[in-house]
Amino acid sequence: MSTQYPLTTREDRAQARRRHRRRHIAIAAVSTVVILGGLILRIVTASGWPNVRKSFFSEYWFRKAFGSVLSGFWTDVRMFLVIEVCVLALGLLIALIRTFPVPALYPVRLLATVFVDVMRGIPTILLIFLIGFSVPALNLSGVPTSAVVLGGIALAMNYSAYVSEVFRAGLMSVHPSQGSAGLALGLTPAQTLRHVIVPQAVGRVIPPLLNDFIALQKDVALVSTLGVFEAFRAAQIVADQNFNYTPLLAAAALYLCVTIPMTRFVDHLQWRTIRERGPALALGPR
Amino acid sequence: MPKKFLFATAVPMLAASVAIAAGGPTAAAAKSASTAASSCSTSKLALHTAGQLTVATDDPAYPPYFEGNKPANGRGFESAVAYAVAKQLGFGTSKVKWVTEAFDSSYAPGPKSFDFDINEISITKARSQAVTFSTPYYTNPQAIIVYKNSALAHAKSLAAFKKASIGVQIGTTSLSAVDQVIKPNSQPSVFNTSNDVVEAFKIHRVDAIVVDYATALYLSSSEIKGSTIAGQFTAPGGDNWGLLMKKGSALAPCVDKALAKLRASGTLTKLTKRWMSSKVAVPVLK
Repeated sequence: MSTQYPLTTREDRAQARRRHRRRHIAIAAVSTVVILGGLILRIVTASGWPNVRKSFFSEYWFRKAFGSVLSGFWTDVRMFLVIEVCVLALGLLIALIRTFPVPALYPVRLLATVFVDVMRGIPTILLIFLIGFSVPALNLSGVPTSAVVLGGIALAMNYSAYVSEVFRAGLMSVHPSQGSAGLALGLTPAQTLRHVIVPQAVGRVIPPLLNDFIALQKDVALVSTLGVFEAFRAAQIVADQNFNYTPLLAAAALYLCVTIPMTRFVDHLQWRTIRERGPALALGPR
Repeated sequence: MPKKFLFATAVPMLAASVAIAAGGPTAAAAKSASTAASSCSTSKLALHTAGQLTVATDDPAYPPYFEGNKPANGRGFESAVAYAVAKQLGFGTSKVKWVTEAFDSSYAPGPKSFDFDINEISITKARSQAVTFSTPYYTNPQAIIVYKNSALAHAKSLAAFKKASIGVQIGTTSLSAVDQVIKPNSQPSVFNTSNDVVEAFKIHRVDAIVVDYATALYLSSSEIKGSTIAGQFTAPGGDNWGLLMKKGSALAPCVDKALAKLRASGTLTKLTKRWMSSKVAVPVLK
């Protein structure tokens, strides 16, 4: 079909736009089929594929392991729900201490800074291991020795450090005029913090906060090193007993069941912000 | 600590059990691994790297199977067995190359980095779907370690351990033995390495640990102060350790032939006595 250039009428231009769009969709579809199809074809025609399929994608072992993995996953869920609450509280507290210096609290601020540096600097698995095995060895009465509790404490400490930085970024993004305004209205400094600054700060950092929680929801699996029966450990038990890795796939599927809705939710929040305020940098015609 | 499980295959098992349990040279009755291997002459072996025998084990490698974490020193039961098999295949000490292979990856599909892996791995039917095992070179009962001052030290039956919290290593026959024979009321605590199991016992996270008998002798006598072996018991179907080779390994028939010769000549019994023996009388629990 031939097109007359220049496109003079409105109808012509609309038609041309439709044509372009159809062509874009066709190209995207073909490219997707070719690239993904090629990739899949390459994998399933590999000489090792039948072995990989048997070892990693066995329906039999998936069914066989699923019940046990699911019961382990329940431990994960309970753990991360409790840890998340602790992390929110501790993280915010540390952020406040570090962001708003009070001379009398200098030693506390120093401690908070050291805490954040150390906790962020140690691999999570190492921290869990150190706390989980060293604390009970102290033989102190009244100190928890349960693997779930100690592992949870280690994770809460580790993630509080990260989350406190997220909160701190949020607190620092609130313009100083907001604080001045609060004080000018007759609020006390504490009230200003509580009713003016913190709500704005928290609202802005919810997406990165949830992002850290997604990471936490997977990292609870690390507590298995202390002997806790959770999803990854349950899967590993069946896998090692039978030399088949499929149970790990079952565990992965369960972790995805909680992390994917969470990632979608974070994305949704971010889009909502952009829709409300517009992007920070607008590109192209709008 | 062993990654075991049991497998009731045919005659060769018996041969090994007899050789070890009774310590008798009756093992000569063992069938030769006469898979009619066309040729097991050294120059014609199907090897990972030509001109050398590549043997794998995990790192760290534990006593009494290895000593000083140096598989190449020929000391420790499995090191000695590996060199004995190598000698039968026509490789002198200098032609044996050791590589590290973690237990978890030893059964991954795809090419292997070794000719055989010797790592206290139990032969089971399910595992034989993924790899090829040699005939057994050792048969091992399970043992329960407790503290001498605990009530469990005088247990008269396995039922006494139902209420105990039990520590055990992942991927081991000990774990299956706990699940299927002791059937504790609560999930056992499952750890990544044998060191973690021992550590959890030392900090009293668990009341008792279950390991294979040979390991128990070593642990209770030299590693854990104040501990004792409460008793030994048989894992379901027995627990035979084999050399792990890639599925369908062409070398397997020759390795079996070498093991048969070692059995017939009494070498295997001699090595077992030298490295795994005990003068302690340990009650058999049911």
